[in-house]
Amino acid sequence: MKRFLVVLVLFFLFAMPAGVVYAQGESGQGTGQAAAAQAVPAVDTGDTAWLIVATALVMLMTPGLAFFYGGMVGKKNVLGILMQCFTILCLVSVQWVLFGYSLSFGPGKGFWGGFEWLGLKGVGLAPYADYAATIPHQLFMAFQMMFAIITPALIIGAFAERMKFSAFVLFTILWATFVYDPVCHWVWGIGGWLRELGALDFAGGTVVHINAGIAAFMTAIFIGKRKGTNSHSILPHNLPFTILGTALLWFGWFGFNAGSSLGANGIAVNAFVVTNTAAATAGMTWALLDWIFNKKPTMLGMATGAVAGLVAITPAAGFVSAVSSILIGIFVSIFCYFAVAYIKPKFGYDDALDVFGVHCVGGIWGALATGLFASKAVNPAGADGLFFGNPKQFLIQLIATAVTVAYSFVASFIIYKVIDIVIKVRVKEKDEIVGLDLTQHHEKAYTILE
Amino acid sequence: MKLIIAIIQPDRLESVKQELYKEDVNLITVNEVLGHGRQMGVAEVYRGIKEMGNLLRKIRLEIAVNEDYVEKTIRAIIKGAQTGETGDGKIFVLDLVECVRIRTEERGGVAIG
Repeated sequence: MKRFLVVLVLFFLFAMPAGVVYAQGESGQGTGQAAAAQAVPAVDTGDTAWLIVATALVMLMTPGLAFFYGGMVGKKNVLGILMQCFTILCLVSVQWVLFGYSLSFGPGKGFWGGFEWLGLKGVGLAPYADYAATIPHQLFMAFQMMFAIITPALIIGAFAERMKFSAFVLFTILWATFVYDPVCHWVWGIGGWLRELGALDFAGGTVVHINAGIAAFMTAIFIGKRKGTNSHSILPHNLPFTILGTALLWFGWFGFNAGSSLGANGIAVNAFVVTNTAAATAGMTWALLDWIFNKKPTMLGMATGAVAGLVAITPAAGFVSAVSSILIGIFVSIFCYFAVAYIKPKFGYDDALDVFGVHCVGGIWGALATGLFASKAVNPAGADGLFFGNPKQFLIQLIATAVTVAYSFVASFIIYKVIDIVIKVRVKEKDEIVGLDLTQHHEKAYTILE
Repeated sequence: MKLIIAIIQPDRLESVKQELYKEDVNLITVNEVLGHGRQMGVAEVYRGIKEMGNLLRKIRLEIAVNEDYVEKTIRAIIKGAQTGETGDGKIFVLDLVECVRIRTEERGGVAIG
């Protein structure tokens, strides 16, 4: 415990002065920016209003995810899940302001972006045209912050019910800094090499879903199975929570995808429509698969399908038509169903809440489907995919996917191993039996006696 | 004195209670419990993974009676709970050594009714 606190404090002590010192120069920068503002389009009130709302919508997805996951774990571990989601919300919000945003979006060709926006120095209220020409730069920063928050939160489903809270905190802060920030920079940042290669990722298929999904896969393998899973599966303790979480995710996803147009415009509406269509199609498809293979359609299956559909449409939302989104939705449920119901039991890794099976598999399908279905008729600023006569785009999507998978797996593994050596990642067997709520937080979610 | 424990289907509780009242048996304790006998549980499926024969919800009644009420109580429970299907439940009858009414400290047969 002491060692953990020392590491955490050192980390922030190192980061804090950098942020504060750099932030001092802000007023000076502001005047320079005002002069440059004449060349830059002015803030558009409609775009700004929509993006403020979209940012709030994406924020809601992390608590939504907490309930989505929380309902699926045993009742002795539900607070542990909620606590991890809220911890990430708090931790990454601060990390993003101090240095995360600069590392991710600071212009530069390196591993990370530049360091010039540490502590949001120079990230003002005028637009930064290279990212979003009609909304304040700080709003773009806040919108991206919510993506940086939900991505590590997705991972927790894989190591649910058995990771030490202190190890989780370290993993989150290191993963956000050394995995999310660089990958985000490569795909979305100015000078990022995958961006310059022409990879299309409208709202985070590679950066968010594949990235988190493969890290989840790695942790599930190395932390080992939950106790007792050899003899029986651990049943969801509160499926209505999970369905409530699904609804919040779906709702928030309108901000995630339609907000990623960075304006109140036609592309936003296209993203909104295809997002809803893909989620609906995938939800129906999963229920149908359940009906065919297990005799009854299930609520958890339909919710899982809907989330898989949302994942798959994420990279494609700004580039594909509604009909394409139906195909994306049908196939994502088929692929994810196969991964969750057949591949996982066959190989025996305990990806507790199917982060790999839904987010990584769905994310890869989405990234590749973007290379198949993207159409300039939908978005002239995008590209045509394989089915619209441009096989090269499919190849680029394949490269971006492979790079994300490889980098995220290796980097996450190193982070995981370092933490395991320093403080041990997994809770003691006795703590696992008693549950994380009591052993990690000295609280419980439900009482039996008054 | 006997202690009668009955495991019945949840949906039969109301009719069992009515039959017991008719026989003037008014003091019962009810628990919600899980279990299965010959009637196995219903299979559950979570994301394509099947869980066989889980425990089902049942109701457990506890009724303490004097000797002359034992048969009446058993008949009443059967009348209220019997459907002829597997899973109707069981009745256990145990000897009861002592009974104390906490309010008055009365003991034995007078304390039961």
